[in-house]
Amino acid sequence: MVSAPGGLMSQTGNMDFETVIGLEVHLQLKTQTKIFCGCRNVFGSEANANVCPVCLGLPGSLPVLNRQVLLDGIKVGLALNCDINRFVKFDRKNYYYPDLPKGYQISQYDFPIAKKGWLEFPCEGRSKRVGITRAHLEEDAGKLIHDDRLNCTLVDYNRTGTPLVEIVSEPDMHSPQEAYDYLTALKLTLSYLNVSDCDMEKGSLRCDANVSIRPVGQTKLGTKAELKNMNSFSAVKRAVEHEVERQTRLVLSGGQVVQETLLWDDAQSITVPMRSKEDAHDYRYFPEPDLVPFTLTAAEVESVQIGLPELPSAKLGRIRQSYGINEYDATILIQDRSLADFFEDCARLYSDYKNICNWINVAVLKEIRSRKVGLADLPLKPETLAALIQRVDDGTISNLVGKDILSGLVDSGKSVDTVIAEQGLAQISDDAALEKVLDEVIAANPKTVAEVKAGKTAAMGFFVGQAMKKMQGKANPKKLNEMLTRRFQNG
Amino acid sequence: MIDKKTVYYVAALARLRIEDAEAERFARNLDDILQYIDKLNKLDVDGVRPTSHVLAVENVYRDDKVLPSLSPEEAFSFAVEQHERHYKVPKVIE
Repeated sequence: MVSAPGGLMSQTGNMDFETVIGLEVHLQLKTQTKIFCGCRNVFGSEANANVCPVCLGLPGSLPVLNRQVLLDGIKVGLALNCDINRFVKFDRKNYYYPDLPKGYQISQYDFPIAKKGWLEFPCEGRSKRVGITRAHLEEDAGKLIHDDRLNCTLVDYNRTGTPLVEIVSEPDMHSPQEAYDYLTALKLTLSYLNVSDCDMEKGSLRCDANVSIRPVGQTKLGTKAELKNMNSFSAVKRAVEHEVERQTRLVLSGGQVVQETLLWDDAQSITVPMRSKEDAHDYRYFPEPDLVPFTLTAAEVESVQIGLPELPSAKLGRIRQSYGINEYDATILIQDRSLADFFEDCARLYSDYKNICNWINVAVLKEIRSRKVGLADLPLKPETLAALIQRVDDGTISNLVGKDILSGLVDSGKSVDTVIAEQGLAQISDDAALEKVLDEVIAANPKTVAEVKAGKTAAMGFFVGQAMKKMQGKANPKKLNEMLTRRFQNG
Repeated sequence: MIDKKTVYYVAALARLRIEDAEAERFARNLDDILQYIDKLNKLDVDGVRPTSHVLAVENVYRDDKVLPSLSPEEAFSFAVEQHERHYKVPKVIE
């Protein structure tokens, strides 16, 4: 709910508006080939290297559906709790633009592959459910580069024909934060399916937002504006915030929202009306004559359902319950499907689950981030991490040394015991050796001794540090503390 | 009734330039077609399966296997204008 900006309230009285947001997400599938031809589906090739008569729309060429695209579409639909249409057909969406060489986009109109689903996710401390209107298959368009110097537009058709799933939500979100949380949850779910890179920077996940406002209590939807050109989830949030404010001011000053497409300029935090495609919204859909229809059997849909991985929300619940991990830690683990798997592999080898979780969420994540890789590319075996934690537990090495050698273990691939032996890292727990060092540091620091005796027990840490220094960090700190406590208790 | 305005609108969507005399003729033609459609709309089609395609064929798929793309020479052989491996077209404003 958005209150009217203060300065305008006096004109129309106190009027509160409800924000209504629906999101359209385009997801590029990472199949080997394009949706209707055998050209490579890759990002970053030389311009127009992956084109053929079909994706260039040359006369006489005919599209043939990539079966994997259909299966991935079903997968996305099922993961979003949709009904799958067992009758699948494609339609032509007609508009003229140079990024679309055929003059039409092959899409799905009245029989989308999936419809009537929902996504549930945590949002502002409660559970939020957003309806999924539909998810349909279509082809991506080419990339345009507007060249001012040559006063022309340059076209690269590599992206033309890249398989897309367009996921349309119900207008169920009522704040920019809800839109942000929906996108985050949607991306997490989609990433588990392994059908797309889900990378906004590379354009494999893109989002448009439909935004309107209405007086609180009104059931009829207000006129919406469509926002485009946001290239991060936070940009979506900022653009929606800006648009809600713009519409509120407009309505309060007696104006009316007109249905239009606005481009978000993130650098300047403004929206700019899109000049082209003004009357191009008359798409004249009709059934695609170049593709015959498809009928899916119940068994085919069922087999995709069976092949679905455990999805993030289910995994979160199970990890919390089975291992007694708190929500915060479990939420970090499930951000990456392979990280959660890694945790569970470790949990089979070592039973202090909370401890494993701490090691993974801090030390292992640090390794992943500093190397800028995914867990899959980090050569760390669950056996190695479990062995390392055990050596810390049994006092062979200190916690600090344990954290220190993790990086080396990843690099060398050696066993934990080998690295401890090679680098002479084992802690010194020998009583006589430790007592001797303590004798020395206590004798050398009479002032601190006096402080401790005067009741400043925290000063004992100084002796631990000094003893550690003398023993090159290999002294067992637990033992040192015990010995010191005993000494001072006895006067 | 289809008027000339509608004809011009449809022609603009299809990027067609038409003369005034043509617009009048097309308006009549389109009107005839729509009248025929109206006639079809009155037919009783209960029990007739909807047709979305004229061929009695379905489920024509392709495996997700890479096939060779065009060489740059082939890909640009029909380009009216090109610039550094891009197709060059009149400027479109966004």
